[in-house]
Amino acid sequence: MTTLVLGATSRIAQQIAQRYAESGDKVFVAARDVEEAERIAADLAVRHQVKALAGRFDALATDDHSGLIDHVEAELGPVTTAILAFGDMGDQDRSQESFADAKRVIDVNYTGAVSICEALAAKMTSRGAGTIVGVGSVAGDRGRKSNYIYGSAKGAFGLYLQGLRNRLHSEGVHVMTAKLGFVDTRMTYGMATKIPVASPEAASAAIFEAARRRVDVLYYPSFWRAIMGVIKGIPEKAFKRLSL
Amino acid sequence: MAQWTERELWGWGRYPRVPARVGRPERRSEVMAAFADRDASGLLAHGLGRSYGDAALLRDGKVLLTRRLDRMLAFDPETGWLRCEAGVSIEDILETFVPRGWFPPVTPGTKFVTVGGALACDIHGKNHHVDGCWSNHVRRVELLTASGDVVICDAQNEPELFKATVGGMGLTGLMLSMEVQLVPIHSPWIEMESVRVENLDHFFEVSAESADFTHTVSWIDCVTTGKGMGRGIFMRGRHARPHIDGNEGVVGVAKDVLAPFLDVPVDGPSWLLNKASIKTFNEVYFRRHPKGSHESVVHFEPFFYPLDAIRNWNRIYGKRGFLQYQLVVPREPDHRSLRAVLEAITSSGMGSFLAVIKEFGAQDNGGLSFPMPGVTLALDFANYGDPLLALLDRLDRIVVEAGGRVYLGKDARLEPDTFRAMYPDWKAWRDVRDTWDPTGVFRSDLGRRLGLCMGGV
Repeated sequence: MTTLVLGATSRIAQQIAQRYAESGDKVFVAARDVEEAERIAADLAVRHQVKALAGRFDALATDDHSGLIDHVEAELGPVTTAILAFGDMGDQDRSQESFADAKRVIDVNYTGAVSICEALAAKMTSRGAGTIVGVGSVAGDRGRKSNYIYGSAKGAFGLYLQGLRNRLHSEGVHVMTAKLGFVDTRMTYGMATKIPVASPEAASAAIFEAARRRVDVLYYPSFWRAIMGVIKGIPEKAFKRLSL
Repeated sequence: MAQWTERELWGWGRYPRVPARVGRPERRSEVMAAFADRDASGLLAHGLGRSYGDAALLRDGKVLLTRRLDRMLAFDPETGWLRCEAGVSIEDILETFVPRGWFPPVTPGTKFVTVGGALACDIHGKNHHVDGCWSNHVRRVELLTASGDVVICDAQNEPELFKATVGGMGLTGLMLSMEVQLVPIHSPWIEMESVRVENLDHFFEVSAESADFTHTVSWIDCVTTGKGMGRGIFMRGRHARPHIDGNEGVVGVAKDVLAPFLDVPVDGPSWLLNKASIKTFNEVYFRRHPKGSHESVVHFEPFFYPLDAIRNWNRIYGKRGFLQYQLVVPREPDHRSLRAVLEAITSSGMGSFLAVIKEFGAQDNGGLSFPMPGVTLALDFANYGDPLLALLDRLDRIVVEAGGRVYLGKDARLEPDTFRAMYPDWKAWRDVRDTWDPTGVFRSDLGRRLGLCMGGV
């Protein structure tokens, strides 16, 4: 069994990699920061005595995506689980001021994700097995003025995963969407919030377990499903006046 | 870009508490970004916050939490050498390596410390008399120095920097990784013997006849005076030999079930630990143990980390926090200084709730490293304020007179002159530090208070 973690230098991705390595999987750690990815791979190998390798993955470099998967499979065998944990929140104000910034956010979170998913889907359907986990965000559930560039890209990614899940279901390949609320990561560090913040360790354990049980859409922490249910239920007439 | 957040930080004693700008890097590149973002207020690493006083604090400065810099980088199963980042904890090492038959070479009374903190405080454990300190098992450190250069130092390359980093309280640079040698074990079990000691002289007798035990420590009653002064429970043990097997039994299972609930979720009321309750606790603890000695095979967790089972136990002292005072004095034939210390405590009426005593071995690493040949005594005091500070000043005088010192990793109140008398190597240490950090990038409140770094006295 081989797990490929894309965007592996985030704390959540690292912790997800730990769970798969702990279960005995070989792990390929792919990220833009290769030096950091190598440290993470070394850690997985020391802690869990599994083979772990690192390499470069840049969501924007879509031409390299299928080559990366070939490389991983040549080194570690067929990818049984792929975790898409990369993302870029960008900066809403900058995205509004410069389309280049907006485009980068869209391309990292959506275009790049589609590119790597299609390459993975081709491999997995040929074998009739595999799991793709897309780490999304509750920000993709409804557009809001504070982060709609990022939110719309994540929302599009969520729709894409829905379609992919529908297509791959009959092929024996599972697609899970994980929508994360507040997790104690770089993104939320120092943020003042009254809503409880989950630890990356707990989030990763939940994602690992849900992927095993072939859950379709996971909200973590689970109360976010209710929060987003309420937020999605607000009529647009009222919603457009709100500051959320 | 480095992320900083304004918040209050404190050590395990929860005294003092100081505001700082706190960052939490997760990647090497973020460490470098935070370093580049330093300013005149200085920079300091903060691991798991288990030093008691102000060693890991820097008022209004920039403090980097290292807990997420916790990658294990390489392990050699032939020799036990582990290379890991500074934010790896003893708990991480235990979880990973006990099942494979390896143990940290030295461990303090809690597993919630990082290896970076372990080297910065040059921690010791129950096996000091045999194995020395943490640094005696570390051969190399990768250090981000004040110039921005990453220096790998060891006995050959920049040996002075390596030596100054040992026990250097994090003031020589930011530790990135180190190489530490784990020791082989046969099982998680400890062959243990506890002996009730009736007084201070008896403690030294039992200690002397414990030579074939690698681990020794004794709980000591700091309330009782007269004939029973220094009575306590002496614990000695060793990693179990191959044919010895333990059984967690009902108590072990119950502990696992209860573990999530053993927590002190709120601050204890200030009256909780008073003269009477401390006296009662000490009496019960002593009486509970039958006269003579008792042999058992126990799991390493309760043997090494009895208090780790109760999360946030430091909160029983309430909002005011507490101070720990750990001293070492050279051995004296009549144990005059130790007696003077115990007498000063009992006559002050400020009892120590929990106190331990141990004989150190010959290993003395110099510099700012605490252990030296002699007897060490560690005392916890609720923060009674000025009367306590006055008592600790009195204890300082006894310790200095005896040629001893106190442990900086636990200190929150030592005066610079007293410190200098206790650590005669301080000047040489500071010279090395200043060579590597001439502008005072790395600072701490302890360092400023004791004149170890810039921005202080």
